[in-house]
Amino acid sequence: MAMDRIDKQIELKAPVSRVWRAIKDYREFGEWFGVKFESPFVAGKAARGRITYPGYEHLMLEAVVQKIEPETLFSYTWHPYAIDTKVDYSKETPTLVEFRLEKTATGTLLRVSESGFDKVPSARRDEAFRKNEGGWEQQIKNIEKYVTQNAQAQGR
Amino acid sequence: MVFAALGDETRLVLVAKLSQGRPCSIAQLTEGSRLTRQAITKHLKVLEDAGIVHSVHKGRESLFEFDPEPMDELRAYLDRVSAEWDQALGRLKAFVER
Repeated sequence: MAMDRIDKQIELKAPVSRVWRAIKDYREFGEWFGVKFESPFVAGKAARGRITYPGYEHLMLEAVVQKIEPETLFSYTWHPYAIDTKVDYSKETPTLVEFRLEKTATGTLLRVSESGFDKVPSARRDEAFRKNEGGWEQQIKNIEKYVTQNAQAQGR
Repeated sequence: MVFAALGDETRLVLVAKLSQGRPCSIAQLTEGSRLTRQAITKHLKVLEDAGIVHSVHKGRESLFEFDPEPMDELRAYLDRVSAEWDQALGRLKAFVER
């Protein structure tokens, strides 16, 4: 069970080179992500852009590009869900987003992870997301699974 | 705080026990564990500080009770960010496969 990170994976019926371009090229990234970046992605540099997603157009997005390893890995840090214009997110520890690409028989396996949520202040989580009924039940199942797996691992 | 509190297997086991709904004493929580009473007390203190458990007094005994709210809040937050990713990756899929 990972409570401080999000892991996603998706099979894309497109060659690795195509997927890589859609991620590494700031205009293409912006098109599907919903943000209009001002300049190309450069490792170690900040990339800023205005969000184009309906309802969020008043927001700017800022990410600091970390790694660009052609057709393999693209990563950046940012502040997740930074939608309150009154909050200065720059003082908070950002999360790390990684895109990993892998060639498959039918195209590309893309794995996306976002980690470091343990550093997001709980006051922020609280204000943005009040109650979520039913969330706990699932969480307990996760804990049970985690504990059982670990117990088994120790028994080996 | 919640993340840090749960970043330990002993504490996860304690939470799993307490989440069954019945308040437990330190003696009950120590039962079946290889840890000492002192160690369990220390872990309970961390969970208490994070607001995940609180103690109630029953006679001379302290019982520990589970409080789901901080974890619900955490889960809600991650669910929300996770849903945003699902949507974004759905758009990426449509974008590269067209």
